[in-house]
Amino acid sequence: MFEILEKERLGPGVNRAVISAPEIAAAHKPGQFIILRTHSEGERIPLTIADKDEKKGTITLVWQEVGSTTYYMSTMCVGEKFQDICGPLGKPTHLEKFGTVVGVGGGIGVAPLYPITKGMHDAGNHVISIIGARTEGLLIMTEDIKKVSDELIISTDDGSFGVHGFVTQVLQGLIDKGTKIDLVVAIGPVPMMKAVVGVTKKANLPTVVSLNPIMVDGTGMCGACRVEVAGKTMFGCVDGPEFDGLQVDFDLLMKRLAMYKGPELIALNNFRETPRGCQCTFPGGA
Amino acid sequence: MTDQQAKPAKKPKIPRQKMPEQNAIERAHNFYEVALGYENDLALLEASRCLQCKKPSCIKGCPVEVDIPDFIQLVKQGDYMGAAWKIKEKNSLPRIAGRVCPQESQCESKCVVGAKGKNEPCAIGRLERFVADYAAIHDDGKRPALPKPTGLKVGVVGSGPAGLTLAGALVKKGVAVTVFEALHELGGVLVYGIPEFRLPKAIVRSEVDELRNLGVEFKTNWVVGRIETVDDLLEKRKFDGVFIGSGAGAPLFLKIPGENLNGVYSANEFLTRANLMKAYKFPESDTPVAKGRRVIVFGGGNVAMDSARTALRLGAEESTIVYRRTMEELPARSEEVHHAIEEGVKFMLLNSPTEIVGNDSGWAVGVNLQKMQLGEPDASGRRRPVAIPGDTSTIECDTIIVAIGNGANPLVPTSTKNLETNKWGNIVADLETGRTSRDRIWAGGDIVTGAATVILAMGAGRKAALSMLDTFGIS
Repeated sequence: MFEILEKERLGPGVNRAVISAPEIAAAHKPGQFIILRTHSEGERIPLTIADKDEKKGTITLVWQEVGSTTYYMSTMCVGEKFQDICGPLGKPTHLEKFGTVVGVGGGIGVAPLYPITKGMHDAGNHVISIIGARTEGLLIMTEDIKKVSDELIISTDDGSFGVHGFVTQVLQGLIDKGTKIDLVVAIGPVPMMKAVVGVTKKANLPTVVSLNPIMVDGTGMCGACRVEVAGKTMFGCVDGPEFDGLQVDFDLLMKRLAMYKGPELIALNNFRETPRGCQCTFPGGA
Repeated sequence: MTDQQAKPAKKPKIPRQKMPEQNAIERAHNFYEVALGYENDLALLEASRCLQCKKPSCIKGCPVEVDIPDFIQLVKQGDYMGAAWKIKEKNSLPRIAGRVCPQESQCESKCVVGAKGKNEPCAIGRLERFVADYAAIHDDGKRPALPKPTGLKVGVVGSGPAGLTLAGALVKKGVAVTVFEALHELGGVLVYGIPEFRLPKAIVRSEVDELRNLGVEFKTNWVVGRIETVDDLLEKRKFDGVFIGSGAGAPLFLKIPGENLNGVYSANEFLTRANLMKAYKFPESDTPVAKGRRVIVFGGGNVAMDSARTALRLGAEESTIVYRRTMEELPARSEEVHHAIEEGVKFMLLNSPTEIVGNDSGWAVGVNLQKMQLGEPDASGRRRPVAIPGDTSTIECDTIIVAIGNGANPLVPTSTKNLETNKWGNIVADLETGRTSRDRIWAGGDIVTGAATVILAMGAGRKAALSMLDTFGIS
């Protein structure tokens, strides 16, 4: 179990792997995530499931190299196995026919947005996808998203591909044009989700965001993933990961995500000094 | 090692034998086990204090009804292996029980030696630990023969003390058992909650391996309620019965301002990082934990003591328990409180936190406290703490651990159809049989009683196993 069957590099620091996990693939619904450990001394990190194939018994994970675990994952080869993958976890996305659904994905957030987009499309919604990244090379899964969207608008911060600007500007453009929007689903870096909510709040559009707080067990046992929604403390792992974006305290989330900045750097440097990490081919370049 | 037999004393003039311990100053900075256990001579001496009562009352104090005088008699005869098997007839996890049971309020509180007032009770728990460790170290590979498989199979939700006990009791009767565990390690609270220095993880592993050798199947990373529900286990996987022992894993917070600041942990998170994830070895292990300089722990139970003592071992300069009543009312075992004090844990009694103060970057820097006094007894019989108006203070700290208890984790109860729960979300189950409102579903341990002790969970597992065997028509 948990063997890597396929692996590819999607862009600088961004990787995708197809992993054998039949029970998770069978149970998974859009919006749910897994918690994995790479090796016996590894930490538990949550990652949203980007895709699955029930028949083949596989799940797809997409990750960006940010800390020791994600760098470690990039050094894993086809045939290697993860120590542990636990899931599916979290509440599934509420899928129904809302009318027109706009999916906004930033950077690596496009990966978890994909199964939700697919689910919304299958539920009969008119799906408009807005996908953005800093630059063209960081755009991921655009073809996948295109297949399950009625409209796709791509933007890059530097204008190297598609619309020159942020996803929020594209969304604002849709609103200004008078596009009828029934629901917005936004997944990406916290500042992006906060900015999207800044736009949708003014237009009074229901907005779902998927949060990525630090987690340990992922089953509601430890409370590491506390987030505040409408002034109430919720657990990201069991009450979420999706919440009413208009009510989320994003500033608190950002502060809590920075809680282990120091140790994370120590762990990453430590990893670079291990045989696995010290290769000349160190992913992303050291 | 000498296996010579001790001469039994006619009267218990021999004092209760102390168990050697690591020196308090040294151990406050390491994660090795605090108590070192008896050697043969101390065990023989202590065993000689047992009066071998004809109508033993100690057994009545034991939630799993271990045949205490019988096993001690075997110790007296130097048959430590036999003594261990005698215990294992009733208790599949003696190395664990011997370490974490509150014997002073159970078997030992009923011991006739102690009842006479002048003497302390026979140290049953220490003897249990001794023989169980002896049997593990001197394992000869021999096991009592298992009965023929009955063809029945039972699913167990959670690999904590309740589930493991039930699994042991059933597998010995020819019932196939599969245990489903959400975490990556087996043992539940025994591995994520109770610290290494009180219960080494190697011991939990050895007890689990023992069950595996008997034929119990374990599935880790398997969250019942998410991969499959309890109903799926019964219908799709055709289990003849399911036991829910998912524990009380949902940490409670005080709901005071500032509780979501960085540096504020639930005891579950703090201990899980330190124990299960081995944060004390960071960066050799990948999981970090705040190594606070000044650590404050809210609460007065065993978990609060574990948290405060773990913080010291992680390198805190100061580790302080803030509790709203007095030393008299501390719910923790006296031995744990004693150990904490020895190691340098401080106590701020009759104080209740009202707010956690933070800095601009979102980190906790202090706690506002309200001074309390004891008023009239409340429903629990303990005197209720009452605020003294105007008497408040602020203390500086960088790490706060909230150890005020756990609620019921709703994942399993709410995903099981028509399973009756009470207003706190605990599963309603008969305390004598573990039977729930649903046919073929049993439950026990903290998910039924709310947070309690390891041995009570083991007792619930044992009772549910007996009820299942009875239902299946196996004696």
